[in-house]
This record gives sequence, C-alpha cells and structure tokens, in this order.
Amino acid sequence: MSQSSTEVTRQKEQEPGTGGNFKTSVGARHGWDRFFTALVFAATLIGLAVLGVLLVDVGRQGVPVLSWHFFTSLGSADAENAGFLPAILGSLWLLGIVLIVAVPVGIAAAVYLEEYANDNWLNRLIEINISNLAGVPSIIYGLLGLGVFVYIFGLGRSILTGGLILSLLILPVIIIATREAVRAVPQSVREGAYALGATQWEAIRHHVLPQALPGALTGTILALSRAIGETAPLIAIGAVPYMTFLPEGLLSSFTAMPIQIYNWTGEPEEAFQNLAAAGIVVLMLVLLVSNAGAIWLRNKFQRRN
Amino acid sequence: MANPRRTKEEQKVTEAPQNRRDTKKGTGGASSDDAGASAFGMRIENLSAHYGSFKAVTDVSMDIRANKVTALIGPSGCGKSTYIRCLNRMHEVIPGARAEGRVRLGDQDIYARDMDPVRIRRRIGMVFQKPNPFSKSIYENVAWGARINGYKGDMDELVEHSLKQAALWEEVKDKLKKSGYDLSGGQQQRLCIARTLAVEPEVILMDEPASALDPVSTQKIEDTMDQLKQSYTVVIVTHNMQQAARISDYTGFFYIENMGDPGRLWEFDETEKMFSNPDRKETEDYVTGRFG
Repeated sequence: MSQSSTEVTRQKEQEPGTGGNFKTSVGARHGWDRFFTALVFAATLIGLAVLGVLLVDVGRQGVPVLSWHFFTSLGSADAENAGFLPAILGSLWLLGIVLIVAVPVGIAAAVYLEEYANDNWLNRLIEINISNLAGVPSIIYGLLGLGVFVYIFGLGRSILTGGLILSLLILPVIIIATREAVRAVPQSVREGAYALGATQWEAIRHHVLPQALPGALTGTILALSRAIGETAPLIAIGAVPYMTFLPEGLLSSFTAMPIQIYNWTGEPEEAFQNLAAAGIVVLMLVLLVSNAGAIWLRNKFQRRN
Repeated sequence: MANPRRTKEEQKVTEAPQNRRDTKKGTGGASSDDAGASAFGMRIENLSAHYGSFKAVTDVSMDIRANKVTALIGPSGCGKSTYIRCLNRMHEVIPGARAEGRVRLGDQDIYARDMDPVRIRRRIGMVFQKPNPFSKSIYENVAWGARINGYKGDMDELVEHSLKQAALWEEVKDKLKKSGYDLSGGQQQRLCIARTLAVEPEVILMDEPASALDPVSTQKIEDTMDQLKQSYTVVIVTHNMQQAARISDYTGFFYIENMGDPGRLWEFDETEKMFSNPDRKETEDYVTGRFG
C-alpha cells in the first residue's frame, strides 16, 4: 500500500515520458510548436494586410465616385463627365477574344505535349520554350504584337490585336497548368479505358480530360485574371487614352480598364485621381469575382468526380 | 430478367461449341479443348518482353485453353505481370516497352503488322491489380466500354447482366447513379470485372485481381471466376498459391534462375500435376512454400 503511494508521488514530481534517456520536456517542444504557428500565421497576415490597406485606401477615395453615371458614361477630357463604360466593355471584348483563342489552343497544346508527344529533341525544345515564354515580361509581348499584328498583318491598334497579344501572353500559363492537371490523372485510368478497346482519343476525351478539368480550369481562370489586369502590352500597341465612343467590333480602337486607370492617374486634377480609384475598385471586384468563380468551379467539378 | 444474349442453360454447357462466338466474331474453327490454339484459346510462341534495353521476360511459349482458367504463379519480379500485359498488347502502352514473338488468338497473330491493338483489347479484356474504376457513375462504368464499341442492344439490360455476372448487382442495384469511387475496394474490383464483361471479350486477363482485397471480396471474385470460365477463357496472375490451386485448370510457373536474368516460363502443366507432382524441383519448392 505505502509502496504504491510513493510511486504515485514520484510520477507527479517528474513529467511522465521524460527521465531516463529522454531529456527534453514535451512542454518545451510545444513551445516551439506555438512559436512557429505564430510565425507562419504572421507571414500569412502580411499578404492579407497589404491587400486590406490597399482596399481601404482606394475605397475611401473611389467609392464616393461610383455612381450610375460612372458606369454608363463615355470617356471625356472633363472629369465631371468622364465614365468607365468604354473601358469595361473593352476589357470584356479582350476577355472574350482570349477565351476563344487562348483557352482551346492552350488545352489542346497541353494534351498534345502530355499525351501524344514522343520524347524527342523537337518536343523537348517546344517544352523548354513554353516554360521560358511564361517568364517573358509582358511589354515584350506588346512590342511583338505591335510588330506582327499591327504592322505585318495590318490589324491596326484594335481590340483584335489587343486580344491576340493577351492570348499569346497567357498561353504558356494555360499550357503549363493544364499539363500539370493532365499529368496528375493516373495512368491506370488510361489503361482501364484501353483494356475495353478504347482509342487514345476516347480515353482522353471521356476520362483524362474530365478528371483534369478542375485543375486546368483553375489555372486557366487565374491566367484570365492576369489578362484582365495586364496594362503594359496594351500601352505598347497604343490603346486609346479615353474613348468618346463605344467599341464597335473586332477592328475598333479600344481602351481597357487598366489603361483607363493608368491614364486617369496621369492627370493632374484631383477629380481624375478619384476616378482612377473608382476604376481600381471595379477592377479589383472583377478580379475577386473571377477568382472566386475559379474556386467555385473547381470545387464543383471535384465533387462530381 | 430475360437475358437477351445468353441463357442460364447455355452457360452451363461447358464443352459444347460456343455458337454465339462463332457467328458473332467469325474467327472460325470449333472450340475444341484438345487441339492447342482453338478458336478462343491462345497460343503463345517464343514471346519476349522488353523495357527499353532491359529484357524482362524471355522465350515463353504456352497454349491457353479455351474455357479454362490458366493461372500464372511465381516469385515477385519474375515477369508474370509483364507477360500477361503482352497478351492483349497492353505492354506497349508503356513508353519504351516492346514485345517480340507470336501471340495467336484463334488463328490470328495479334502482333501481326496490320493488327490494330484497339481491336485486340476489345476481344481480350483485362482486369488490373489495383481497382481502377472510372470517375463516373456505376452505371456509366459498365456502359461506357459497350457504348464506344457501338453496342446496339438494350443498355440497361447489358449493365444489369454484367453486374450480375460479376456478383455485384445485388449490392449496387439501388445506387447505379452513384460514383464508382463510392464503392469499397472489393466492390470496385468487381465493377471493373463487370465493365470488362460488358464488351463481351473472348479472353479475360486478370493481373492479381484480388491482391489488394480482403478475404470476403476475394472469395466473391473467385466464385465469379468459376462462373466466368463457362463463357470465357481466363488467365490470372496470382501470388496466392492456394488461390491458383483452387480456381485454375492449368498453371504456369515463372522463375528467374539468376539475379538479373529475364523471367522464364519454368513449367507449365495441368494445375493438379503442378501442385502434386511437378517435373522440376524449383516448381515443387515454390508451390510447397519453400521460397517466394
């Protein structure tokens, strides 16, 4: 009886699990655990804080300007009358062209490289080039477009030229994202299809692509968001500083949201600064919505799979 | 359920010529069991399989009898899986992999220059080691293969019949719209068997179909196989010697004599003889569990 009670007290004196060959106390290790948790949380907060400050700062300046008039009016040299409509429509046009051009071409190229391409020097060269293209500064694409689409093909400083340049710009990103997604589909899925007498295309069309879709879609929408926010290449081909009419077609001259914002911030009057802030708010909202859409789509397709 | 293609009575007639096959596929010949490569058996001559410069299997010749279960056993890494993948031209799907030799299905050489592997794989189905259902509904898992091959009959009946043959129908009949992934491992494997049956192959290759499954699921798959050989020729790779002894009529023992050599077919005979009185010592050591 007395022996067992001394054992109990001895256990209380010393933390269970320590003693003998194991010196470090679990308490100290938990301390480090908490420290690193705090550290990584702080790192996360920095990104969030920057976004928050930006939103508050821009919002204070820009939200009062947001009005029916702002969304429905044409551009003007007069801050009182200036609106954002041509820029919004211009960005939508660009987005449409990019959707039609870059998405199918990008997904098709990714499928070729991942599923069909043999491992030879030509395909390796293509692969290396695509990776490099993803890192080329966007202004270079603008200058390329100026040379090729404006001067050689004679498409002018048009919506079409802008859309094609943005398509080229995000094509490597779409290809890389889609390849990753296609590669993640296990080989056993393809073999299961082949074993039933499926052709390669049938296996890709019915099994590989549907399974790769969430990943490909996420990468593609993030790339589209980048295209919406891109400014430099459009300046290079000479998008219009302010438009007193709405874009009429593919060969119409145009402006886009980031261009309009950039031009407004260059004006000395404070009223223009406020317009720029309002434009930023709209652009940010569009980006938030499209990124949220990407996440929603991904989740939807993942559940279905 | 009225079975449109095969009645119970027909299934029970093991040795009778399979008229369904003869008329449908027109491969010709009677399905006699004695003449080696019959219309629905397979004859393999001097088959070797390579991965790039590495030779994994060499010089295998065997006759696979129609309407029998042929088991392939042997220690790990001796080329059983590689070999079975050569029998429906699945081996060459792996980059750099190739096979040499002759593999005949009926009187056709499946490695002939003008032979389309897509056509071959429809006639020689395969069930893999790891269950690999499609990320589609249970119904679609079974129907898909039949649909791409242009099945013209009643799809609902085909799905039901195939699932019944694979002993899965009772467990899934109320949730055919659910994803194939929602099933347990054993059920997934039976789903894979069902989808293979749905395209009406002549031969079914099974690469360790029960190796990842629990005993109850294994039992169900073994029961299924007993039924299957009445309508199909079955080849099964297994690590489980009791399983080979239980379910197979013929057994092939693969073996590598020296490290780094390619795998060979060491002995091939009726299962009863292989497990009671094999000709070669290594076979006896292996089947009695002395190594491997």
